[in-house]
Amino acid sequence: MSATAIPASYTGRKLGSLRSERRWALWVAYASLIIACIIFLAPPFYMLVTSLKSSAEISNLSGNPWLVKAPTLENYIELINNPLFRGFFWNSIIITVCVVIISMVVSVLAAFALARMKFWGSQMLATGVFLTYLVPDTLLFIPLYQIVGGLGLLNSIWGLVLIYPTLTVPFCTWIMIGYFASIPKELDEAALIDGANWMQMLTKIFIPVALPGIIAATIFAFTVSWAAFVYPTAFVTTPDQMPLTIGVVSQLIRGDTFAWGQIMAGALMAALPPVVVYAFLMDYYIAGLTAGATKG
Amino acid sequence: MAADGTLVVAEARPAGHGRASTLQRFARRRSTIAFLMTLPLIAIIGGLVAYPAAYAMYLSTLNRRMTANIGLGNFEILLENDTFRAVIWQSCIFAIGAVVAKALIGFWLAHMLHAIPAKGQRKWRGMLLVPWVIPPALSTLGWWWMFDPSYSSINWILNIFAVPSVPWLGEPWWARISVIMVNVWYGSPFFMIMYLAALKSVPDQLYEAAAIDGATGWQGLRYVTLPMMQNIISITVLFSLIVTFANYDIVRVLTNGGPRDMTQVFASYAFQVGILSGNLPRGAAVSLFMFPVLAIFAYFILRGINRRNKEQM
Repeated sequence: MSATAIPASYTGRKLGSLRSERRWALWVAYASLIIACIIFLAPPFYMLVTSLKSSAEISNLSGNPWLVKAPTLENYIELINNPLFRGFFWNSIIITVCVVIISMVVSVLAAFALARMKFWGSQMLATGVFLTYLVPDTLLFIPLYQIVGGLGLLNSIWGLVLIYPTLTVPFCTWIMIGYFASIPKELDEAALIDGANWMQMLTKIFIPVALPGIIAATIFAFTVSWAAFVYPTAFVTTPDQMPLTIGVVSQLIRGDTFAWGQIMAGALMAALPPVVVYAFLMDYYIAGLTAGATKG
Repeated sequence: MAADGTLVVAEARPAGHGRASTLQRFARRRSTIAFLMTLPLIAIIGGLVAYPAAYAMYLSTLNRRMTANIGLGNFEILLENDTFRAVIWQSCIFAIGAVVAKALIGFWLAHMLHAIPAKGQRKWRGMLLVPWVIPPALSTLGWWWMFDPSYSSINWILNIFAVPSVPWLGEPWWARISVIMVNVWYGSPFFMIMYLAALKSVPDQLYEAAAIDGATGWQGLRYVTLPMMQNIISITVLFSLIVTFANYDIVRVLTNGGPRDMTQVFASYAFQVGILSGNLPRGAAVSLFMFPVLAIFAYFILRGINRRNKEQM
């Protein structure tokens, strides 16, 4: 992950003919990146601008829609005072915390067993874990609808807590297997000689050594369960049990007159937690993202 | 891979009298412990993935009220249905169009990012990954507002350059393009970050050697970069094909399948038939149509990853 690769430009520096070529390449690079940044950041920027406008300013067609003349926080204040919206937030928090804890406990235990203790079928199970990761949620939401309904958990956040681990556990297990497998065997031999049992080996050696992997997996589980959309859309129809994603999409849009400022404010607030996590833990986030293909 | 520590210890001291038997017992117990540790995982995979998958197949053979088994009736009805044939086409157009665009943009940006001095890369990478970080259902709401027929801020920009307004979500083909655009916007950063990680793993000596042999930049790309990244490129593309093929969020928020069901993909159509119209068996049949395609992609991904593992060992 560390950005150590020195661009090949240093080797070309000495050769005069290559110099202008290099400079030209650098200009193209910066120009592309600037254009890409503008396009990539335009939608969130426009959401922010809209969320700061009053309804009157939004419906005013004269003037530049990308600028805000009289910024106001009324959309945000209204949403924060809306018990329904606070309920969405609260539901999302409960679901995400439960799902992250469940996924991490399940996947760390399983990854430890799969990476270190060979047993009958362990290789097959590891492959199965990866295949499960490739199963998209849209393939299974209809049978799961029946199953969750049979358990009486439709229209309940606990139904979502039950189902979300299918989205998070396979990938978390997969990257934890990669991290655990990279720990040198000498460490566990030393621990075994010192008389440690398997549980001590896991908590005293594997978890501390593989902490970056655990953080990456936790971030993954967090972002996936925060952003999950298919399952809550299918399983939850009563507003008081909705998490943020479906709550903002279905409940803030009412009738023909859309309260665009409020919808955008709601979407931005709902997107804030993953963005904050990303801003502070970018390296772990990216490590988790690329682990699927570069590790394992 | 996991040559286990205990076995090594046990073999190292075959003559240890009482010790060996306890170690042996330990080793025997080890598989029990391992099984217990993986039990929650097996329960989740078995109970909430494998069982529902089998159940979906059973469900798809039932009639609407789930009272009688009609065999492949649901699949036959679907294949004769014009709307569903349009869904098949739209899913393919959507997945292939979006993945090709994402792969090209991601590849280009990764190269550009790799070309600038290393100390500035972090900042750019941080900004360019933002679309991937925002939950897609929420950022699509922003796009929806940007595509609004009367207030479209994109049309406002186009009008400045004297380009007529575009009916983004009103006309079938424009709606299809809009849906792909949003998906490309959301997914390109993922490709970029994967390719960048791969680019960084190509040793610089290879480029130096190529340069000494008189290779142009293009030849360096063709004969050094692409072969070295081949595996990652194919894994990323296949993975993204699966995710894009099964995408639901963007279509649901942006067009909800409209206009006239022209942007329905498998997932959104399955949702409409299965949950909204209450015909669960037929909805299950719609999503099962995705299964063969996904299985083929998954097979090739697995092969790519195994090959990669062998190369690394």
